[in-house]
Amino acid sequence: MDFEKQFVELDSAIKEMRQLATEWGDSARQELKRLKKKRQKVFYETYAKLTPWQRTLLARHPDRPYTLDYINIIFSDFIELHGDRKFGDDSAIVGGLAQLGSHKVVVIGHQKGRGTKENISRNFGMASPEGFRKALRIMKLAEKFRKPIITFIDTPGAYPGLGAEERGQAEAIARNIYEMMFLRVPIISIVTGEGGSGGALALGVADRLLMLENSVYSVISPEGCAAILWKDHTKANEAATALHMTAQDLLKLKVADEILKEPIGGAHRNPTMMAHIVRRAILRCLAQMSRLSEDKLLEDRYRRYRQYGVFRELVE
Amino acid sequence: MDHTLWSAAALSELWRNPVWFKRENKPKEKIENKKLQIPQGLWIRCKNCKEIIYKKEVERNFDICPKCQYHFYISAQKRLSLLYDQGEYNTFDDHLQPTDPLKFRDRKKYRDRLKEYAALTGLKDAIISSEGTIGGYRVVICAMEFGFMGGSMASVVGEKIVRGAERCLAEKIPLITIACSGGARMQEGIISLMQMAKTSAAVGKLAEAGLPFISILTDPTTGGVSASFAMLGDIIISEPKALIGFAGQRVIEQTIGQELPPGFQTAEFLLAHGMIDMIVDRRQMRSTLIKILSFFALGPPPQGPDGQ
Ligand SMILES: [Zn+2]
Repeated sequence: MDFEKQFVELDSAIKEMRQLATEWGDSARQELKRLKKKRQKVFYETYAKLTPWQRTLLARHPDRPYTLDYINIIFSDFIELHGDRKFGDDSAIVGGLAQLGSHKVVVIGHQKGRGTKENISRNFGMASPEGFRKALRIMKLAEKFRKPIITFIDTPGAYPGLGAEERGQAEAIARNIYEMMFLRVPIISIVTGEGGSGGALALGVADRLLMLENSVYSVISPEGCAAILWKDHTKANEAATALHMTAQDLLKLKVADEILKEPIGGAHRNPTMMAHIVRRAILRCLAQMSRLSEDKLLEDRYRRYRQYGVFRELVE
Repeated sequence: MDHTLWSAAALSELWRNPVWFKRENKPKEKIENKKLQIPQGLWIRCKNCKEIIYKKEVERNFDICPKCQYHFYISAQKRLSLLYDQGEYNTFDDHLQPTDPLKFRDRKKYRDRLKEYAALTGLKDAIISSEGTIGGYRVVICAMEFGFMGGSMASVVGEKIVRGAERCLAEKIPLITIACSGGARMQEGIISLMQMAKTSAAVGKLAEAGLPFISILTDPTTGGVSASFAMLGDIIISEPKALIGFAGQRVIEQTIGQELPPGFQTAEFLLAHGMIDMIVDRRQMRSTLIKILSFFALGPPPQGPDGQ
């Protein structure tokens, strides 16, 4: 990542100076102090004013914690479930039963792979219809046994492939959106990395939508948008700004309810700390919603989605 | 990965199609036509079979190529007049106007684009909400207009579909949507994506009330429109050869690194894969709807079969 390079350079300068300090004594130690101070200043300044494009890159950072990382830290006794009972098991989506403190919950999320090999088997977190249908099957299970649903969203988007289209990618996404709207249990969604369009929404119809500080959520990738509207895919930077896709933008647009602060420099610099922040937020949301009746829950959810839209009503 | 790509091929084809849109700088076909010494405006070349056909004959034939049965693009208004009894209907929610919530600007301002398309189509956004009778049965039809920014769905389209569904709930009548769209509109960002949830929820309310929802798909129906209300019909009908799918064809080609098989993402392909109920020729669409409506109706049409 470009903006991370400066720290790498400073870090190596600091390392060098530290070695020299033993030989050179005081003057080197002073220089070392100066460098460390400078690094800290640059670090804070950089992360205090990230551009939307830089946040997009952070959201896609290869070291960023993924769904199973969160599941392993946040929940206990995770039992992974497989398959859509129709066609196959899509490992771009994981889901199962889990315990969170005293709560029994169902957890589902997109799963990216770590490294090339795992990424290929996880299809980079891009689900096919069977992935979305697996998610729906597990959500229906949650409804049947009245367990809250927690979803983790982190996907570049639904997979644009031959088989995916043949097996009804559009229908699978539409069906999930439709069914989630009327599930009689609380749904909490957390955008941990990339919220890529319909593939994200297929797990993201929720009563509470939380976004990590450096996560993004958009109708289209900035690259795709730039290619179509600017006719130039290198204009992703401009497109990222224009699309208003950062957590901060989505909070303003009332799509996100809450931003979860990340460790400085991004979630990947301290996954354990990040997971605990997410854990506390989930518990808070569960407590808020446990007081609601099922009917009120559904009424609120419908109203939430009914009101999205900005338009003018001309007086006739 | 962008899944809300307007079907770029369909879009450019529409604008190149000299039949329905007159452009200042004449597209290629026109020049070719000149070489062939065809009087402009009277004759057109079918983009499917490439035959030269008499424009008036196409128009008389529901805008279907008399040689190869290709269904040309027609406006939402024209579609509605082909479906309703005597071609008559009332529109509603015409007063909803798009704004520019994100102050979106690419090479052009969204505001300016909206003005241009409004001038081109005479509509405020990419949809017409209408009410009338078909075979005497009262229905609401929300018809998308591809000529307005590729039929893309943003705030106004979403709101009008939901209000259309709400009118059906109040009057206890069926909803019909005619999709013709490249997907969600980029210029309203995440708000456009949320219209997928909003419209799907409204369709769910119809289901709860036991009211039929018939979804008609036309060329093209892709992206966020196919991945929401359009694929949720109790009955899903498509026009022949319509392009229907989630991802744009160029995106798929780039992703898989190979050319798409012929017929991929066509209505016929979807029918074969179990995704839609039927393919209906434009000339039979009205009579098909009447049959379906009469199945779901509790009694004979209140206005009589001719809508009288
Ligand atoms: Zn033809």
